[in-house]
Amino acid sequence: MSWSPLLGMDPVRKTPLRPRLRLLVIQVLLLSLLATLFGRLWWLQVVATEQLQQAAVLNRAREVLVPATRGSIVDARGRTLVGNRVSLVITVDRAVITKLPAAQARAALSRLANVLGQSYAELEARTKLCGEPGASKPPVCWNGSPYQPIPVAKDVSEQVAIEIMERREDFPGIVADSAALRAYPAPYGMNAAHVLGYLSPITTGELDAIEQSGADPVTHRSDLVGRAGVERTYDRLLRGTPGVKSVTVDNLGRANGVEKQTAPVPGSTLVTSIDARLQALVERELRTAIMTARKTHDKITERKYVADSGAAVVMDTTTGQVVAMTSYPSYDPGVWVGGISQRELNALYSQAAGTPLLSRATQGQLAPGSTFKPITTAGAMTNGYSKRTRLDCSSFFEVGNRRFKNYESASHGMMSFDQALALSCDTFFYRIAYNLWLDEGGSSGNVDARDPLVEMAKKWGLGRPTGIDLPSESGGRIADRKWKKEYYDAQKDYYCALAEKPKPGMSSFLKQFAREFCVDGWRYRAGDAVNFAIGQGDTTLTPLQLATVYSALSNGGTLWQPRVAEAHISPAGHRTPFPPKSRGKVPVPDSTLRYIDDALRDTVRTGTAAWKFTGFPLDKVPLRAKTGTAERYGKQTTSWLASYTDRYAVVMMISQAGTGSGASGDAVRHIWEGIYGIKGNTVDPRASVLAR
Amino acid sequence: MTTMVSARVRADRRSALWQVDWMLVIGVVALAAIGAVLVWSATFQRPALTGGDEHAYLVKHAMNFGLGLVLAVAAALVDHRWVRILTPFAYLAAVAGLVLVLVPGVGEVVNGSRSWIRLPGLSVQPSEFAKLTVIVAMALLIAERLEVNRHDDARTVDIVQALAIAAAPVTLVVLQPDLGTVMVMGALVAGVIAVSGVSKRWLLGLVAAAVLAAAVALELHVLKDYQLARFAAFADPSQDPRGIGYNVNQARIAIGNGGVFGQGLFHGSQTQNSFVPEQHTDFVFTVAGEELGLLGAGGIILLFAIVLWRACRIAVKARDTFGRLVATGIVCWFGFQAFENIGMTLGIMPVTGLPLPFVSYGGSSMFACLLAVGLLQNIHLRATRTRHVR
Repeated sequence: MSWSPLLGMDPVRKTPLRPRLRLLVIQVLLLSLLATLFGRLWWLQVVATEQLQQAAVLNRAREVLVPATRGSIVDARGRTLVGNRVSLVITVDRAVITKLPAAQARAALSRLANVLGQSYAELEARTKLCGEPGASKPPVCWNGSPYQPIPVAKDVSEQVAIEIMERREDFPGIVADSAALRAYPAPYGMNAAHVLGYLSPITTGELDAIEQSGADPVTHRSDLVGRAGVERTYDRLLRGTPGVKSVTVDNLGRANGVEKQTAPVPGSTLVTSIDARLQALVERELRTAIMTARKTHDKITERKYVADSGAAVVMDTTTGQVVAMTSYPSYDPGVWVGGISQRELNALYSQAAGTPLLSRATQGQLAPGSTFKPITTAGAMTNGYSKRTRLDCSSFFEVGNRRFKNYESASHGMMSFDQALALSCDTFFYRIAYNLWLDEGGSSGNVDARDPLVEMAKKWGLGRPTGIDLPSESGGRIADRKWKKEYYDAQKDYYCALAEKPKPGMSSFLKQFAREFCVDGWRYRAGDAVNFAIGQGDTTLTPLQLATVYSALSNGGTLWQPRVAEAHISPAGHRTPFPPKSRGKVPVPDSTLRYIDDALRDTVRTGTAAWKFTGFPLDKVPLRAKTGTAERYGKQTTSWLASYTDRYAVVMMISQAGTGSGASGDAVRHIWEGIYGIKGNTVDPRASVLAR
Repeated sequence: MTTMVSARVRADRRSALWQVDWMLVIGVVALAAIGAVLVWSATFQRPALTGGDEHAYLVKHAMNFGLGLVLAVAAALVDHRWVRILTPFAYLAAVAGLVLVLVPGVGEVVNGSRSWIRLPGLSVQPSEFAKLTVIVAMALLIAERLEVNRHDDARTVDIVQALAIAAAPVTLVVLQPDLGTVMVMGALVAGVIAVSGVSKRWLLGLVAAAVLAAAVALELHVLKDYQLARFAAFADPSQDPRGIGYNVNQARIAIGNGGVFGQGLFHGSQTQNSFVPEQHTDFVFTVAGEELGLLGAGGIILLFAIVLWRACRIAVKARDTFGRLVATGIVCWFGFQAFENIGMTLGIMPVTGLPLPFVSYGGSSMFACLLAVGLLQNIHLRATRTRHVR
């Protein structure tokens, strides 16, 4: 074997010089190419290795969130109102799909569409992020976190799940897994959608907000978030903490090893003060009352009552806890589970369906009508009037050139507050309001004039939210001098234009109103003052606010902050109660409160609601009540019935349904009968729906 | 005299075993052995590929190598005159194969190129064999002319004819289209012509023509979009993260992840989790980079240096022009293909579908490369024997 050097002498036949030189050049060229390769290899493996090793870790390591089981929501007896059920869900992991070559991703999705029986276009649209080019509108596009696997099908059959899991090569980033979905067992057929609320996926905007607040957005990225009711208020408690699993994955996102894992902490169980059985009863009674009203003839408008919506609240007057609360119309919270369709969403927001998402109990703001009179009474009796005050309950009361009529123009002669409350005499309270108004300076422009009735209304918590543990509560409105001025400033231009150029077909009332409003609509007139005293006009409140007012009458003046949540129970079983929270006492002497309380007993005995409570065992269940029939321009009257015992307050409101006792009387009576176990005129505590 | 010579030849045949360029053999065997292990590592955890048999590709790679070795021994021992006689037939067969591959239904499209003929039980890639036949055919033509004319250096007319011989297969490969093979063929044609002894002007002219052709190809959009995309991705992998840029990026991460000592055989996370596509074939070098580190990957480059050095040495020492040109062509082929393949995994060359000689899994490439090694040994043995005869 010869080891002669490259250009060594060849004893046989010398290779010609030129080819030999050319070969040398080729050799040098190839050597430099190999040196280049080695140089680059050195650079990647020695200089840049740290950075590339990190890239490799990012490639293979993935943090998988193990969702925490959301806590259930139970009623005061521990009956499940909102629970979880297990469902087979198919998810698509964008993190994997977007990394694949486009053709491969397309193939995988079209295979999945095939298996699921969806169209490819439909499926692809669901895996697009909202706002990304080519994405469709929410809720079809994915409005959740881009890092979260996107659920594309729920409640799939076991067969479909097996097909997908067995052919994982064909379904990169696509996983069939069991997931816990919200379930609504609806004990006794109750609904309470407005109290419980619903969930929908966290949005990118919310994740950004979490990140900005300094918290770790990663732990939230697979979350469903409470959007209404206690699901929203107690979202953090119910949500728990997801576990984090560090897994290694391959190029198709298949996990092939777990590096470390922290276990998820389930959410707490929320115990509400709702009683499912009573809730079901209240819902049923409200619905029946509305249906009955819709069949009832309205003498004023000469057509049947519209009875478009209503609400009812049952409150424990000793704590402010809500025992039952309902709003009509309602919706099925189950439609949100696993993604809502556009059609379902439209229905929830539609006017024609009566905007069922709106909770009339906490968000419906209506004039209280005569149910306001106890506050007027309290205001008057702490400002110069007394039990001995006697005024004429005439058939009308003239203010300026306008006659303010008594209800159905009845005339009852001279009476005191107690009779005026029981009979709901308007003219009695007109006189008081008119006198007080004169004392304040009449229609003078003094916006800051002290108005004892307005002050009293504020002290009873009107004009601001009660602070109940439900989101988006409304506070109602006190139409005082200040409000009137603000309203005038805001509406002046509109009404002045209307006064100058009336629209064709405008009623003469509206024409006159526009003219007068344009001139001095800011003035707090005597008419405003007398209307305020009987709860008519522009003052509004929510059924929940009224329930707190009557609870205060029941408990001797304490204004509670209403609550739905009673306690929460940690996964370890530790129970933490939410103590009742007082908002203070109303500034009314006990004697006055007792006087009003006594007067309200007569409402069901001899007063406006007596005809609905004949045979009711008032001696055993001493019921107090006040009816209200509030007028609304262009609409039928709102029916109010507020009632209470020493323990509970029941308030019902039905919009466009007639008088307080007429539309709501029977329903409220049935609710009371349910609470106390009343059959005929016997009381059997064991027959109570609240009985243990 | 004749009897004496023939006796000597017989003696030489017996001792041919000792005269083989063992350095070259060791280099090639080492590359193939490393290749087998790397292919094994890249496939043993991929049941979809192996059909559940973890050793499937290890065995197949070894079998390819064994069969190739038989071809190599035959090529090494066959009389050089037979090589010359068979060359035109091999050339025609290669051209026929390249035509056949273009026929839809016969040729199979893989990764955008119509370059495979699928037969029952095996697939053949005619362009792998075409490389070798282009070398041998050009070398034969030029050698015949020089011998007939008793020149040392090729003349213009010889070169034009040699280029014409190369033109047919190159054009057919362009039609597939297989950019990588076209580039390799360009390199080996350039090498053969350079060593044929043609004047410097000719060489410069050829280089200029190649540059011009590339420019025209770009202007006239001869290249397919995906080929341009590969070049663009080569320049900036982030430009096309889901397409070819993905390969480039994952390959770079895999190699960088190896560091100096590697993650250990069968323990590369990029490799074992299938992040690098085509890893047992075109991107096999990344397995070495990740699992064996700088030592292993550098070792492969070193083995190629040894193979190329021995092949160059054989070219220099060749007894005649034919042998010299064939050896030169093979050197340029192996050298450029190795550079292009490894360079592509390192992100310094565009991505093309070229296997790494001896290392990548693939029968056609293995057989063609080992045939070439056999021819190198043939040339080497002839030169050594002749020395002994004198």
